[in-house]
Amino acid sequence: MDEEYDAIILGTGLKECVLSGLLSVSGKKVLHMDRNGYYGGACASMYLEQLFEHFGKKDCDVSGYGKSRNWNVDLIPKFLMADGVLVKLLIFTGVTRYLEFKQVDGSYVYKAGKVHKVPGTEAEALSSSLMGIFEKRRFRNLLQFAFKYEENIPSTHEGLDLTKVTMQQLYEKYSLDANVRDFVGHAIALYRDDNYITEPALATINRMKLYFNSIAKYQKSPYLYPLYGLGELPQGFARLSAIYGGTYMLNKPFEGITRAEDGSVTGVTSEGETAKCKIVVADPSYFPEKCKKAGQVVRAICLLQHPVPNTGNSQSSQIIIPQNQVGRKSDIYVLCVSFAHNVSAKDWYVALVSTTVETDNPEAELEPGMRLLGPVSEKFVSVSDLYVPTDDGKKDNIYVSASFDATTHFETTCEDIIKIYESITGHPFDFSELDKKLEEFKNLTEG
Amino acid sequence: MSGRPRQNGPAQAKALQFKLVLLGESAVGKSSLVLRFVKGQFHEYQETTIGAAFLTQTVTVDGVTVKFEIWDTAGQERYHSLAPMYYRGAQAAIIVYDITNRDTFERAKSWVKELDRQARKDIVIALAGNKFDLSNKRMVEVEEGSAYAQEHNLIFMETSAKTGDNVSNVFVEIAKMLPKVEPKPNNNGQTVRIDDNQEAQNGGGPGCCSKN
Repeated sequence: MDEEYDAIILGTGLKECVLSGLLSVSGKKVLHMDRNGYYGGACASMYLEQLFEHFGKKDCDVSGYGKSRNWNVDLIPKFLMADGVLVKLLIFTGVTRYLEFKQVDGSYVYKAGKVHKVPGTEAEALSSSLMGIFEKRRFRNLLQFAFKYEENIPSTHEGLDLTKVTMQQLYEKYSLDANVRDFVGHAIALYRDDNYITEPALATINRMKLYFNSIAKYQKSPYLYPLYGLGELPQGFARLSAIYGGTYMLNKPFEGITRAEDGSVTGVTSEGETAKCKIVVADPSYFPEKCKKAGQVVRAICLLQHPVPNTGNSQSSQIIIPQNQVGRKSDIYVLCVSFAHNVSAKDWYVALVSTTVETDNPEAELEPGMRLLGPVSEKFVSVSDLYVPTDDGKKDNIYVSASFDATTHFETTCEDIIKIYESITGHPFDFSELDKKLEEFKNLTEG
Repeated sequence: MSGRPRQNGPAQAKALQFKLVLLGESAVGKSSLVLRFVKGQFHEYQETTIGAAFLTQTVTVDGVTVKFEIWDTAGQERYHSLAPMYYRGAQAAIIVYDITNRDTFERAKSWVKELDRQARKDIVIALAGNKFDLSNKRMVEVEEGSAYAQEHNLIFMETSAKTGDNVSNVFVEIAKMLPKVEPKPNNNGQTVRIDDNQEAQNGGGPGCCSKN
């Protein structure tokens, strides 16, 4: 403990573990501590007994649920986009070798009281019951434009500068009605609300491409999920960090920091000892005074003995309930994983219903999602405050991550990781550079 | 049995792969044992583990090739911070202690209990009393290690990573105990490897080759 480190990381959530890994790989001396006795922080996966205890149901009878250790229930379930940034990070760092993934069976969207499969291909789109025949043609035209569009190749732009043209204007150009707009914005581009409509269209086009490129990888849906739950991800990156010299301490109480005269951090104190460091990276729970509240998320973790109805008996699925369908400002998400992913005892399913809180009665807001689940054997409801850091950390060298938001994938998580990485290093995070390193590594191992 | 690999020459026999984890107190010689076994090397001042995700090495017993995927703790055992992932799916473990240090033997016993809690029930465990070359400074008698191993149904051997004594024997004895059948495919459907670069799985982390 009485040593000097380049970086001390507090909390073993996914963001902290990825940053720890990246810093260690780049040669920094890292000390990584967590006040909890387990990895994962707010996004840990828990055994059944841990889960009941976590939600204050310690005295409940858990005998009907099989072996506690067969359960790995995510506190914040999400899926990985198969062509997304987290998958690229996993491949680049080699952490993928510690993990096994399964494709998520199906991606669904709620419309007019019914659950519909989100079309994954042009052919599926044309046979989908989601759109009328004319809508389908217009949708296809937009899709073809999106696939062709390359930011750096003006000839693919059809005269539209998507950094200026808004999505609204693009929808109008392709004569897409509210129904298709809902579907494109929420089920494909995965926006949680309608703010994107007045923004430049480029971001939406890129999200559409991400969705379809992800589906193209494994066909059934754009999503992947790791066996044994999402808690495996921080553990994998922690191992990466350790392999490159990072020191790990769990169950380590945090007792404050020391600062230089100019306010910059010089060390972290725990159990009366202070470890010196140049920078600190932490999740928001370690520095509430450096964060502000930015809304709330309500989540219900539900244990079921059956798959989510109307999803073709999928062992894993996602249903998006677009806000317009249920008179809200933000979407409701339903996610389901199961024993097929080693996250529950045999024949059990774990479903999550979540949304951004809009009223004083958050649990009631989940109702449209809960209705889709059928009978629920046990339910754990939580309302979490979302914290975002008030500064970028450069002034005092304390870099704080943002809480996990309501999205059901890791794209915003990775945006935050990259933002912090760039603040720390002072230069842009360059994936083509990473790709190059990966390529060099391939040549080394194959040559 | 149909699950057995064909035995018409080592080139054609497909190796059965097993995950093996190392456990034991810091500085008992876990990495040195692996380095001796995999590369035939020994470094007097072996640095704390760095740079390799896992190493692989094969042994052949009864005509069957067994390939070990050997996981080192990467120092995460030091402050009791090994992740559940480390034990996940491990089919074999070597718990190492230093015969010249009594505490490490006591710690070895607690690792046996930890495996009982965390690992699969059919895991094959070996207990290795390392630093046999320093037996004039011994603090743990061979009978004591052997008796404890017998009581808990463990393979037991005293080893020396320095001289190489018994090192490959430990792995061979483990290989003999492992089931020689192809692992059952996951009956809950296919998993996907998101790394299309299968070769990399046998190497270390990125850059391991230049680091060494």
